[in-house]
Order: sequence, then structure tokens, then C-alpha cells
Amino acid sequence: MTSIFVESPGLLTTVQDLGRPGFGHIGVSPSGAADPVSLRLGNRLVGNAENAAGIEMTLLGGTFAFPEDAVVAVTGSDFGPTLDTADLRNGKTIGVRSGQVLRCGSTRSSARCYLCVRGGISVPLFLGSASTHLLSGLGGFEGRALRKGDVLQIGQASATFEKKAIAPRVTNALLPRNVLRVTPGPQADWFPETVQRLFYSNSYRIGEQSNRMGLRLEGPPLLLPEERPMITEGISLGAIQVPSGGLPIILFVDQQTTGGYPKIANVISADLHRVGQLRPRDEVRFEQVTFEKARALLIKQEDLLASPEAIIG
Amino acid sequence: MNTEFCPASDQSLLVRFDRKMSPEAHRQVRALLRLLVLEPIAGVRNLHPAYCSVLIDFDALKFVHADIEALLRHYVSRLDDVRLPEPQEFEIPTCYGGEYGPDLNDVASLHGISPDQAIRVHSSVAYTVYFLGFVPGFAYLGDLPETLRTPRLALPRRTTPAGSIGIADNQTGIYPFATPGGWRVIGRTPLAMFRPDRANMSLHNVGDRVRFVPISPAEFSALREV
Repeated sequence: MTSIFVESPGLLTTVQDLGRPGFGHIGVSPSGAADPVSLRLGNRLVGNAENAAGIEMTLLGGTFAFPEDAVVAVTGSDFGPTLDTADLRNGKTIGVRSGQVLRCGSTRSSARCYLCVRGGISVPLFLGSASTHLLSGLGGFEGRALRKGDVLQIGQASATFEKKAIAPRVTNALLPRNVLRVTPGPQADWFPETVQRLFYSNSYRIGEQSNRMGLRLEGPPLLLPEERPMITEGISLGAIQVPSGGLPIILFVDQQTTGGYPKIANVISADLHRVGQLRPRDEVRFEQVTFEKARALLIKQEDLLASPEAIIG
Repeated sequence: MNTEFCPASDQSLLVRFDRKMSPEAHRQVRALLRLLVLEPIAGVRNLHPAYCSVLIDFDALKFVHADIEALLRHYVSRLDDVRLPEPQEFEIPTCYGGEYGPDLNDVASLHGISPDQAIRVHSSVAYTVYFLGFVPGFAYLGDLPETLRTPRLALPRRTTPAGSIGIADNQTGIYPFATPGGWRVIGRTPLAMFRPDRANMSLHNVGDRVRFVPISPAEFSALREV
């Protein structure tokens, strides 16, 4: 088996695949890549199944040495990747020769970039998934973020393979946007019209305390006219909950599975990958769409990603 | 109350049996979970049970809310006929107070009772596992006796040790992992609530019955699983 040696891990680097759905009833959150679109595209560039495990880096990337030849791709945000001394481009297949070192630096665009390797990162699966859930220390590589000196195993891959690149029309469709589209949350009607207007007409800043569990938003507080008892219920991915202080939180991939705060809105499926690219201090706005529109946008996005022209030779 | 179906996101639907804790709603939550395990719906991705509701995550490319609601209405109409597994009974050895239960004294004084009385009340009843949520294996237990009902801490702790036993309003629960937490911590168990290397990863299942049994710090050390 071939391997990758972690010379430096970067700020917060974890093994992720497309997550671990199906175990919410025992309190297990889905986890998985914060920007699953970038992971899927990276896997296609190296000839993997879209769900293969890759390496997710956050804000500051890592340095990885390859003792054997490998085929890799870097996708997502631009972390200024280099191979030895040569600059690399995001979004294309790269052949790595044994002894070479791939280095990612500080982000030049958004929050996360992915390193995908032909064969995928091989770790013991927990409930069918390679994804890391940091809070519980389960899944991924020893249930934790990567550290200097870790050695990751690369899985088996079939022999034949062609170099590819992400088509410009896909890259353009995925460019960062500061407007997140949302549908109304289950307690949207708890918030009077004046408070709803605050939420939809102002920008919110992503707080420093944000992570894969949730993104804290700073801006006009969304206060209920009176305290209202709320019974704990299930939380959907991308729910925007409003604790009693009024500052909303977007619940994300490592989220708690249930919670007891009202939810004013929910980020639509087609925009969840954009949430994974938000950095602390980024500004976002929210635009309400109907469930029909949300579904149409998801179908359009999936059609684009599934089209044979999404990845070009 | 009639069952309500409420879209929570473009890929999830909330099924509400009630808006408060009740034995009837709890039975319906258990029965719907059981039925969805016995007869899974292809395209349903995840289930999030709670006190009186179940959130259903589905594949939004396959279903719209009306499709999944129509399927679930059939399931809901059959809940009275679902046979539920016999609940298991558990005893949870618990070291109360001191470093294990930093909030015990405050809770007792808020209610004008001694810490020993608070321990007796907490360990005097069998609690129902209403559901598992928050983090892997966190059992929401109820109902906490009236004399101990206390609101959450104004300022949640940054970390609460694994095994901590907390109370919040009419609930009590056991933290399976060291996580942030706003419940008032009155004790700690040496048992592991969630172990990926165990056949039944989560010690408790929905519907089980749990009693807390007071132990000494020496017994805590002897029983410690981690």
C-alpha cells in the first residue's frame, strides 16, 4: 500500500468523505466534507468514486510528502498549492513522483480546500464512513485532526486512468457568493415581520468561533417579543437557529442532531457547499426562496455536476 | 392532537405528534422509528427522534415534501398496531457531588433542600429514555421529579467531562463525550455511554428505563471504563 506522510498538518485538517447519514436516531451527526461539491469533483479528477475519502484543509493548508508515485487533485479554495517548487493549479489531475512534496499555504480565496488522491485515503470506517467527527473523536484518522508525522494509507485503484480538469463553466458556477438562499424554518412564524425584515435586509458577519458544528453570525439580533418555551426537536442540516441572545447560528455538518432553539430559516441544499467555504469575518446575506425554487436549484446544480462535460480531458 | 407535518428544510420534514412531552407522543415516536426500521423507505436518509416529533431527512432529488408526507401518513395510520420491543432496564452507578457534580450544592440550595436529599430524589425514580440526540449516545431522560427541576446554566461550560450527569428543566441526561454543555452537572458515572467497539454502540435505546445508583469516589475509580 502506498502512503502520504504529513510533514505539517495546517490549521485544521481532517479526513472526510460524503458523510455518515442514517444514524441520527443514536445521536450521530452526518459529518462529511464541508464543501462536498469540491470533494466530489476532486475525486472525479483522480478517477475515484465521488464518495472516496479525501483530505479537508481549513484556512491554512498542510505539507504532504509522497514516498511513492501518486495521482492527486487539489480542489475548492485556492491555498496556493505547490509541488516541490512548481506552482500547481486547482481543479486538474496532477501526477506526483516519489519523493515529491505537495505544499498548501494560506487561503487566497475561501475557507476550505481538498486534496484528493487516486485510490482515496484509507481509514477504518465508522458506521460506513471515513468522515471525522471531531467532537466525539469518532471516524476519520484516529477520530482527530491530522498532526505532523501522521502516515495516511492510500487505497487501491484500478490501473487505467486519464488526466482531467474541471470545466470552466462548472468552476464559474461554483464561484463564492455572499448571498445564501434559505427556506423558512419550522419556527419562522415565531418571529414578527419586523424581525424577519432585519434578518433578510441586513448583512451578517461570520464569527471567529465558527467551526464544522456551526457558524455563528454577528449582526442585528433577532429577538422574540417574549420568551416562549420550545421543546427539543430534530435539527436539519443548514438550520439557522436563534438562541435567546438573538444572534443566529447556522448548524452545519458536525451539528448536534437535536436542539431546543427556534429556527428562523434553513439554507437550501444547493447552497450548503457555499456555507463550507465561509471564513470568519466574511459577510453574508440571506434571500428567501420557495421550496419549489430550492429544489429546482438543486436539480440544476446536480445536472451540471453530472454532465459529461463537467470534467474535461 | 392530530399529527402535523411541517417542512423543516428543502430536504427534511418534521412529523409532530404533540407539542409537549407525553407518554402517548413518546409511544408514537418509538412506533414510527420502529416501523421505519422494519420497513425502510428508500430515499429516506436520516431520522432524528425527539420528545414528541421525528425529523425525517430525505433525498430532495427523489421526493418533494408532499410525496414523503403521503408515504408517512400510511405509516402513521398503523402506529397503534406496532409492537414495541420490551424496554431494557439499566442501573447507572453515579458518584454525586464534589468534583464529579460541581453544581449539586447550587441545585440543592436553589430548592431549599440538602445535597443528600437532592441525591435521594434524583436516584429515587426510574427514568424513560425519550430519545438519543445532541451527540452520539446522549440519552434524554425524563421526567425529573418536580423538586429538582432547574433551568440551564446562564453561561454554558466550555467542556463537561464524559460521563457527567446533568439536569435541565424536567430532563436529566448523561454526557457520553467531553462536550460543551449548559446542563447543571450533579454527578458522574464511570460507565461509557457510547463505544464504537461494542455491538450495541449506544448503551441505551429509545424506550429503555434508567435508574441512578449512588456510589463513592472509590467505587467510581474501580468501575471506570475509560
